[in-house]
Amino acid sequence: MENITDYYKSERAQDWRTEIRKSVKVKERTSMERTKMPEQEPTVRNKNSLEVNLGLVEKIALKEAQRCIDCPDPTCVKGCPVSIYIPKFIKKIEIGDFLGAATVLKETNTLPAVCGRVCPQEKQCEAQCFYTIKLNQPPVAIGYLERFAADYERNSGKTAIPEVAKPNGIKVASIGSGPASLAWSADMVKMGYDVTVFEALHEIGGVLKYGIPEFRLPNSIVDFEIDNLEKMGVKFVKNFVVGKTATIDDLRAKGFKAFFVGSGAGLPRFMNIPGENSIGIFSSNEYLTRVNLMGAAKEDHDTPVIIGKNVAVIGGGNTAMDSVRTAKRLGAERAMIIYRRSREEMPARLEEVHHAIDEEIEFLNLNNPVSYIADDKGRVQKMLVQKMELGEPDASGRRRPIPIEGSEYEIEVDEVVVAVGVSPNPLIPATVAGLETTKWGTIVVNDDLQSSVEDIFAGGDIVRGGATVILAMGDGRKAAAAMDKYITEKIKK
Amino acid sequence: MNKIVEKEQFSENVFKLVVEAPDVAVNRKAGHFVIIKLGEKGERIPLTIAGSDPERGTIDLVIQRVGVTSHKLTALNVGDTITDLVGPLGQATHIEKVGTVLAACGGVGTAPMLPIIEALKKAGNRIITVLAARTKELIILEDQMRQFSDEVIVMTDDGSYGTKGLVTKGMEDVINREKVDKSFVIGPAIMMKFAALTTKKYNIPTEASLNTIMVDGTGMCGACRITVGGKTKFVCVDGPEFDAHQVNFDEMLMRLGAYKDEEVRAFEAYLNN
Ligand SMILES: Cc1cc2nc3c(=O)[nH]c(=O)nc-3n(C[C@H](O)[C@H](O)[C@H](O)COP(=O)(O)OP(=O)(O)OC[C@H]3O[C@@H](n4cnc5c(N)ncnc54)[C@H](O)[C@@H]3O)c2cc1C
Ligand SMILES: Cc1cc2nc3c(=O)[nH]c(=O)nc-3n(C[C@H](O)[C@H](O)[C@H](O)COP(=O)(O)OP(=O)(O)OC[C@H]3O[C@@H](n4cnc5c(N)ncnc54)[C@H](O)[C@@H]3O)c2cc1C
Ligand code: SF4
Ligand code: FES
Repeated sequence: MENITDYYKSERAQDWRTEIRKSVKVKERTSMERTKMPEQEPTVRNKNSLEVNLGLVEKIALKEAQRCIDCPDPTCVKGCPVSIYIPKFIKKIEIGDFLGAATVLKETNTLPAVCGRVCPQEKQCEAQCFYTIKLNQPPVAIGYLERFAADYERNSGKTAIPEVAKPNGIKVASIGSGPASLAWSADMVKMGYDVTVFEALHEIGGVLKYGIPEFRLPNSIVDFEIDNLEKMGVKFVKNFVVGKTATIDDLRAKGFKAFFVGSGAGLPRFMNIPGENSIGIFSSNEYLTRVNLMGAAKEDHDTPVIIGKNVAVIGGGNTAMDSVRTAKRLGAERAMIIYRRSREEMPARLEEVHHAIDEEIEFLNLNNPVSYIADDKGRVQKMLVQKMELGEPDASGRRRPIPIEGSEYEIEVDEVVVAVGVSPNPLIPATVAGLETTKWGTIVVNDDLQSSVEDIFAGGDIVRGGATVILAMGDGRKAAAAMDKYITEKIKK
Repeated sequence: MNKIVEKEQFSENVFKLVVEAPDVAVNRKAGHFVIIKLGEKGERIPLTIAGSDPERGTIDLVIQRVGVTSHKLTALNVGDTITDLVGPLGQATHIEKVGTVLAACGGVGTAPMLPIIEALKKAGNRIITVLAARTKELIILEDQMRQFSDEVIVMTDDGSYGTKGLVTKGMEDVINREKVDKSFVIGPAIMMKFAALTTKKYNIPTEASLNTIMVDGTGMCGACRITVGGKTKFVCVDGPEFDAHQVNFDEMLMRLGAYKDEEVRAFEAYLNN
């Protein structure tokens, strides 16, 4: 830790930083108001699939950057899972060196344009910002600025393709192409490895493609990053289920020396309540996959999706918010969140909850479905819902929801999306002998993210259960460093 | 991209395609299926792997035209490519020597049955196949089925070919005539339901291969879920074969109808194009 403090100190003492810091008084900086993100009008955007947030223009980004006082001990960095050197990139924005800001971001974050959009900043960097913890004022909009710098670079046409070391001819592979694997592949290819990413689906990107909707994360942004990785030499193989199309043993026989498992937590959970298999009741994965990956809502695409008038989405996380807002956009008259805890306890990103409220999503908090009733064709028609109250805190520290006896009532629904969580994909653990897993089915790894099988590393949701993009990405990078060390010691000589 | 290297028409609506898919060809077993997708805007549909040639690196698909995607697929010719193909998916059929196997197929169920009886025959079983359909034109793959069957009994509802009667009558005739050790039933859900009830009456262990609606085919979405023995199962990863006496066919029948209106509309649009 000492060297990092020294590094921050020496960086902060550089002339350009000192100069810009002194150019505006601290008092003046702290008296400025936090920028509001320009967004599409709620009543317009809840009928289209375009991005909700429009991004900051240069002038506004410069102003927001001025709010940052360039703390000597930047607490925000401690809140960032990959320790982005936040004040440095923000000050680069303040001096107008936007490309320089993007370079700082990319030192630690492989996908800043993605993270600027989907990270729960209010629980991470912004929660630890000086403004939040000391001034009790809205934090510096670190997420907006991250997005600004990354978008600026992408749109400038000057995105530098990172330098790649001389190819060493050593074949390595990842299983899955979500953020964990993408970050891993970037670092491995930079070190000169011959990198192949195997993906089961017909699109690269994992949840970034099939899960998170266009109105929050446009596919073009993910594709831009994938194109860059391809230019760096990463090979993407789609329609390849490791464990089925070929096993890890088969791949070993083809010369792959080490593997990174980033297969995610893609298995939908249901509540196992009566009537849940009625027509019109989907897992959030099915609903979002049909719409996002298969284009089901578009006339010229072959995949169908049921368009509901009264849509209930069960759950309180990002997946639930994405599903309910998608339903609204597809024309639902009533799009509701049904969640068994209170609104404060919903795990979704705060911004998404606010956006959902603006978009006329109804929130039925402290409500829980008990059963579904179908019509004579088997289509869901009504749901029986029970009211809840909050009791003592449970293991997660949140107050436990307790059903209120006799409070059941019916809601009319013609479509229900169940978004109550996901489980790890069991395919890799089931097809690799000796791979240790927990009772939840996640892969057990050591501090180097190495599994019980020495040439297999793992990270992201397959290790953590449903977590976040930034944690998955951080794991990918950590595993790349550890894999390089392993290969160097074991194989290179 | 997977290239079509051979195409054969078996009957008005049934075609065989031989497709390049080297990895799938090596690792596939009886009971496995693939998911294919045509073009950027296509849907993903499951098709049983009817056979393979690992050396040539090809698999065989037998397709019955029913709606948009199966029509588009069978309109392709040798040299054309299938945009996306993934597999082998699902659990392989449990193949062992049990003695006499009664294979009952109705209409669409014939193609998925082909690789199963091939494997069962090679494992030394005696195979009696009941091929059933509404009418003569819908009896498909008869020659192919004969190749791996000791006996083939053809049943049509209207008596236009073979014996007049339902698949269950054909099955009961066999069961009453000789000892059957195991049965496999594949076809429309309603046919499987009654075929399963028939074998249950005689306590014959029975497997049904379920053709539910699927999206990803890798266990990720739950579109294919059904209830077996009171528990929810995903056909694409837990199946497609299940103990037929445990399957809730009524629920499956209902779920298959989820997109009926959309399918009909899409098909009409396709025909008008
Ligand atoms: C709808 C939704 C919204 C979300 N919103 C946010 C958000 O706003 N902010 C945030 O930080 N996080 C969010 N998350 C969580 C975040 O997306 C995940 O934590 C993250 O994507 C995990 O990354 P990963 O690389 O571990 O796996 P994934 O992104 O899940 O990718 C795994 C990939 O592996 C493939 N795969 C699996 N098995 C195999 C195999 N055997 N062979 C080949 N390929 C295989 C899968 O098809 C998949 O493409 C959201 C999740 C969902 C579902
Ligand atoms: C594991 C599995 C293996 C299969 N193997 C084969 C195979 O080897 N050869 C083959 O021809 N088909 C097979 N099927 C069925 C095939 O997937 C469907 O026929 C196909 O999805 C139809 O698509 P479509 O767009 O042409 O028709 P759609 O427009 O989707 O449907 C048109 C009509 O066909 C009916 N239909 C749709 N799906 C099914 C289904 N799964 N079973 C029965 N009727 C259906 C619909 O009710 C509708 O009336 C298999 C299905 C599964 C789940
Ligand atoms: S804690 Fe806030 S004010 Fe301090 S450096 Fe970080 S972003 Fe700037
Ligand atoms: S088809 Fe999606 S889980 Fe089976």
